[in-house]
Amino acid sequence: MKKFTIKQISVTGITLLLLLLFPLVITQTYLIHVMILVFMFGMLGVAWNIMGGYAGMFSFGQAAFFGIGAYTSSFLLVTFQINPWIGLIAGGLVAALMAAAIGYPCSNLRGHYFAIATIAFGEIVRIHFNNWKLVNAAEGITIPMMDESLANFMFHSSKLPYYYIMLAFLLLALVICYFVANSKMGYYFRAIKESHDVAEVLGVNVVRYRLIAIMVSAFLSAMAGTFYAQYILYIDPESVMLLAISVQIVLISMLGGAGTIMGPVIGAAILLPISELTRIWLGHKGTGVDMLIYGFLITLISVYQPQGIWGLFANIGKKKNG
Amino acid sequence: MIGFMYSLVAIGLTLIWGVMNIVNFAHGDFLMIGMFTSFWLFTVYGIDPLFSIPICFLLLFVMGVAIYRFIVSKVMKGPMLAQLVVTFGISIFLSNLAVYLWTPDFRLISTTFLQGTWDIGGISISIPKAIASIGSIITSICLFLFMKKTKTGKAILATEMNRESALLMGINTERINSLSFGIGAALVGVAGAFLSTYYYIYPQVGGLFGTIAFAVVALGGFGSIEGAFIAGILVGLAQTLGGFYFDPSYKYAIVFMIYLITIWIRPQGLLGW
Repeated sequence: MKKFTIKQISVTGITLLLLLLFPLVITQTYLIHVMILVFMFGMLGVAWNIMGGYAGMFSFGQAAFFGIGAYTSSFLLVTFQINPWIGLIAGGLVAALMAAAIGYPCSNLRGHYFAIATIAFGEIVRIHFNNWKLVNAAEGITIPMMDESLANFMFHSSKLPYYYIMLAFLLLALVICYFVANSKMGYYFRAIKESHDVAEVLGVNVVRYRLIAIMVSAFLSAMAGTFYAQYILYIDPESVMLLAISVQIVLISMLGGAGTIMGPVIGAAILLPISELTRIWLGHKGTGVDMLIYGFLITLISVYQPQGIWGLFANIGKKKNG
Repeated sequence: MIGFMYSLVAIGLTLIWGVMNIVNFAHGDFLMIGMFTSFWLFTVYGIDPLFSIPICFLLLFVMGVAIYRFIVSKVMKGPMLAQLVVTFGISIFLSNLAVYLWTPDFRLISTTFLQGTWDIGGISISIPKAIASIGSIITSICLFLFMKKTKTGKAILATEMNRESALLMGINTERINSLSFGIGAALVGVAGAFLSTYYYIYPQVGGLFGTIAFAVVALGGFGSIEGAFIAGILVGLAQTLGGFYFDPSYKYAIVFMIYLITIWIRPQGLLGW
């Protein structure tokens, strides 16, 4: 494990402090809402990054894990009155199990083939939830009102607690990602990404480490899903399991820089405010202009900045030092 | 019946995939453009969808070549993730452009001279569907002959098998790339014209056909034209029968299940190598 420089520690500390103070200074609820979304998608991006950026498995089905997390905790809460915090863990476990069930048969698929298999998986899950009577099918689940408390994971009077909880989740994801990236496992992941066959020849248990990457990623995505359910208080398959959400997660990671720890967070911090702003300015007419610009942006990014913004910073840093 | 349409859409996709190793997520949206072209030609100029087929073919060909030249060719050397995402961007752009220009309404071409049904031995077949299926077969055979008999077609096949060797044999692979992207798009344009005679026309129609086309291509074997043709018919059958015997709302889930099972058991597809 490498040592941190003083500069790194101070930058991290100051950023963290600013983020902690942000909602105390800025009191506009809407801005806090956008920040919460940035954290949430940042976390989803970090989760994607563990399997996509490090282990090279480009998943376009993350929304399925996100949705499974949201559904598990909500279902347990509505049907058995189980506390959402337990639901959070349960959702993560269910998502990780599903990930293992789908990841194992797909363990020989690479590149495009894996990507499309995940799309198929995501679509199957969405169609199934749309028709599953047990979870209210397409009607979705409304989370019942409970007393405001941390134990109930429910707050009515202010968004602040949600802000701090999501920030904590994001930090947890980042810490996990950091340890994964800098451990032996992280090197295995990268070896698998560079070449499946070479990694196997060198004695890396490819199937096993791919499974671990998928499961960790699914667990974290499901946590974000439970948070979403408790925050919005209503879920249905079309709002938590759409392919568009999966694509947005991939995009955020790519924009920020796949395979870097902070990349997805940067990506979320840039992309989400842009898409929220274009939606406010242009989206209300229902003319599709906001999505049109979004699609144009994606194309532009993939053509001109495929390494992500973090890559851009890294290059500048290298030039300065060298 | 719908299977023949899947075949035609998937053949275009498999051609692009096989030659360039690019997954074209915007393929379904090309289909949508084809459908709208034929719709507007019908509504504004009264041209029957059957006669707008050549126009759709040419328009989509030009569009495909342009998209390849200006966008796709630029990410060919980039990281694989960019190659995957770029066509997603094009897809979102195209479908929302259609929403912007033509609103998200569902449209239908109502009065073509292809109407009514044929009765063959007690089975009634709707004429537009039958014509579309026959058209799809004819188009597929044309493409097949083009690939096997002409010099350009052989050059495309050679590039598909081995890009470096093809380059060494004096084939301009860059030209082949844009040509196959154009042909792939043109084929789906033809499919769009046929489909517009009996299917709803709306900006998001491509998403459904696009994702199913992936399942078809995988089932048939990546890059295999014959495979895509046969698999398209199979998937169409499976979807209809599955919807009939289980639950209609699950018919697309069944298609994706078939895809997952296929790549698990036989990753190279039915006729892949």
